[in-house]
Amino acid sequence: MTVFEYAPAPESRAIVDIRASYGLFVDGAFVEGRGTAFKTVNPATEEVLAEVAEASDADVNTAVAAARKAYEKVWSRMSGAERAKYLYRIARIIQERSRELAVLESIDNGKPIKESRDVDVPTAAAYFFYYAGWADKLEHSGYGTTPLGVAAQVIPWNFPLLMLAWKIAPALACGNTVVLKPAETTPLTALLFAEICQQADLPPGVVNIVTGAGATGHALVGHASVDKVAFTGSTEVGKAIARTVAGTTKKVTLELGGKAANIVFDDAPLDQAVEGIVNGIFFNQGHVCCAGSRLLVQESIADDLLARLKRRMSTLRLGDPLDKNTDIGAINSREQLERIRALCDIGEAEGAERWAPACDLPSAGFWFPPTLFTGVTQAHRIAREEVFGPVLSVLTFRTPAEAVEKANNTPYGLSAGVWSDKGSLILKVAAQLRAGVVWANTFNKFDPTSPFGGYQESGYGREGGRHGLAAYLKGHQ
Amino acid sequence: MDRIDVRKTYKLYIGGAFPRSESGRSYEVLDAKGRFLANASHASRKDARDAVVAARSAFKGWSSRTAYNRAQVVYRIAEVLESRRAQFEQELRDAEGISVGKARDVVDAAVDRLVWYAGWADKLGQVVGNANPVAGPFFNLSTPEATGVVAVVAPASPLLGLVSVLAPVITTGNTCVVLASQEHPLTSITLAEVMATADVPAGVVNILTGQRAEVAPWLASHMDVNALDLTGVDDPSLAVSLEVAAADNLKRVRRPRAEDLLATPDLSRMTDFVETKTVWHPMGV
Repeated sequence: MTVFEYAPAPESRAIVDIRASYGLFVDGAFVEGRGTAFKTVNPATEEVLAEVAEASDADVNTAVAAARKAYEKVWSRMSGAERAKYLYRIARIIQERSRELAVLESIDNGKPIKESRDVDVPTAAAYFFYYAGWADKLEHSGYGTTPLGVAAQVIPWNFPLLMLAWKIAPALACGNTVVLKPAETTPLTALLFAEICQQADLPPGVVNIVTGAGATGHALVGHASVDKVAFTGSTEVGKAIARTVAGTTKKVTLELGGKAANIVFDDAPLDQAVEGIVNGIFFNQGHVCCAGSRLLVQESIADDLLARLKRRMSTLRLGDPLDKNTDIGAINSREQLERIRALCDIGEAEGAERWAPACDLPSAGFWFPPTLFTGVTQAHRIAREEVFGPVLSVLTFRTPAEAVEKANNTPYGLSAGVWSDKGSLILKVAAQLRAGVVWANTFNKFDPTSPFGGYQESGYGREGGRHGLAAYLKGHQ
Repeated sequence: MDRIDVRKTYKLYIGGAFPRSESGRSYEVLDAKGRFLANASHASRKDARDAVVAARSAFKGWSSRTAYNRAQVVYRIAEVLESRRAQFEQELRDAEGISVGKARDVVDAAVDRLVWYAGWADKLGQVVGNANPVAGPFFNLSTPEATGVVAVVAPASPLLGLVSVLAPVITTGNTCVVLASQEHPLTSITLAEVMATADVPAGVVNILTGQRAEVAPWLASHMDVNALDLTGVDDPSLAVSLEVAAADNLKRVRRPRAEDLLATPDLSRMTDFVETKTVWHPMGV
C-alpha cells in the first residue's frame, strides 16, 4: 500500500500580536496589577509568550467594585433589548477576529489549530449569539427576569475562550456584571476578549478580567460583595468553593471533573464507534472534563474493536498545534504532563497493560502520546481518577445491566456515551446512566442550546440552553 | 370504672418497618400545655445510616417507575390522610394547642398539597424539559431526573411542614430520609403509618425522630446521600456547618429560608432535587 506523507501545513502566527506584558482589565481599561507578575508559555515550545499581571486581593476588590457600580448604574437598568445588541456585537466581533483568536488559543493552550478554528472559536461566538437573543425574552424563560448582581467566574485552561463564553454570555444576557479569572496558564484569549469588549463599546465595568492563580480565584469567589459564583475546574477546588460559600446567599454553579464511560455494544457500527472513541478521549489531548476516558466494550467484540482502535490511533498525528494536519497537540503544562505520567505509571504498577502507537515526540514542549490501557479493573486508579490527558482505560462487559453498573460505578456523573444500532437499547441505557449528558452514537458534541453539567461530584447547575439561565436569575421555575 | 386506653409506642420508620432506635433511647414529648404526651424514639447515627441504606435500596425501583404510577402513589397518600383526618386534627390540637378550625385548615392544606404534587409527577418533565434545536443533525432532549437520596430536615410544623418538604422530593422519583420536627415528632410517625398503607414502597420515605443537632450532621456528611434540604434548621450556625459537611460529596443543598407553608408553592422544591439529563443522537442514516 502506498503511504502518502503529509507536508507541513502550518497556520501563520503573523495574525496575532502578543504584547510583552498584560495588565488587568478593570472598569473598561487595562490597569497594572499589584501582585507578582507571571509568565505564560507556549506549551508546544516552552517559549515565554508574555508577562501577565497577577491580581492581588486589592485588585480583586477594585474589579468587584467596578462590576458592582456597572451593575447598579448601567447594566441592570438597561433594557434587555439593548443588552442583547451588545452581546450580538461581541458575537460578531468574535467571528470577525476568529482566525486571530484561534491562532492565539492554539499558541497559548497547545491545542491543534483545527480544533480551536473549528470548535472553540465558532462555538464561543455561537454562545454569545444564542444568549444575546434571550436578553429581551427572559419573561419567557421560566426563571423570571431578575438578575443576581455581580458574578465571580473562574474558568479552566482546557477551553479558555469557550469557557469564557459559557460564563459571560448568559451572565450578561440576564443583566449581571462579571469579574472573570482565566486560568493561569491560558490568559491570552481572555485578554484579547477584553479588547473585543472595548471594540464593542461595552459599558466599562460590565466585564472585568483579573488574571492570576489560585490565590486570585480564592479572593474572587470568597469576596463578600459577589452574588454569584460560577466555577469550572477540578472537583477538589469545587468542593473548597462549596465550603467557602456555605451560609451565604451566593448562588453557585460548579462544572467539575468526570470519568465518562463510553459503552460500545456488539451491534454498534464499529468504524463509527472507533471514530467516536478517538474523538471522545483524544479531542483536545483528553483535557476535557467530559472525555470518554473509560471504554466499556462488550466482550464478544472486544478483540475486533481494539484492533481497529489501535490501527486508528496509529494514524493520529501528534505535533505542532499550528499545523492544520495535527490531531494531537501539546499537553497544556509541565505540571499536567507530570500528573498524566504519574497516573499512567500507577496504571502499569497496578497491573494494567499499556499501549501507545509508535509516535515521535518533539524534543521541546510538553507531549504525551495517545495511550490506552487494557486489563483494567474498576478498582484501578486509572479507571477511577480523572487523568485529564490522552489516556483511555478499556474494560469489558457481557450484558447491558453490567455495562450500566460499571458506567455508574464512579463518584462523578458528567457524561457518557452509548454505541448501538438498536434504538430501544440506547434509550433504556441512556435513561439508566447517571450522567448529565449522554451522547448516543456520537461524542463530545456541544451547542449553546444544549444544557451541560453533571450529577454527583461532577458539580451542580447547568450551562447552556434555557436551563443555563437559571444560574443567573433570581427566580425559580 | 373507665376503660384504660391502649397507648401507642412511637417508633422510627425505616425501610417500610417501624423499628425502635437501635440506641434504645427515647425522649419525652410534651403537649402544648407542657403535659406528657408520649416518648418518641431518639434516633442515633446508626439509625440515620440504616435509613440511608434503605433509601438507597429503594431508589432504583422508585425512580424508574412511571411518572403516572408515582402520581397515583402520592395521590393515594392524600386519600389515606383524608380518611384519617379526625385523628390528625386531634393530634395537632394536642401537640400545638391550636383551635379546631386551625387544625382543620392545616389538614385541608396538607391533603391538598399532596394532591397538588401528585399531579406534577407526569408534568414536571414537560414544563422543565426541553427539546433543544442544536446547530447540527442531532436529536437533543433534556429531561429532569431524580437526584437520588435526599436528606431532609423537616420544619417544626408537624403535618403541613412535613408534607410540604416530603411530597416534592418523592414525586420526582427521589427517595428520602426525613428528620422530623424535633418539637412535634409524633404526627410524623402517624403520617408514616399513612404512607405504609398507601402503597409507598418500603424505603422510599424513611422518618427519624430525635435531635437535629445530633442526627443532621451524620446525614449531611454521609457519602451516599445526594442532596440535603435544610428547611427545618433554625440555628444558622448549624445550617452553615451542615452545608460545609455536605460539600464533601457535593450534595445539592437547599438553604433554609422564610416560607409561607399555606401558600401554593413554586416548583423549586421539585427542581432543587432533580438533575437535567441531555441526550444526543444523530439524525441521518
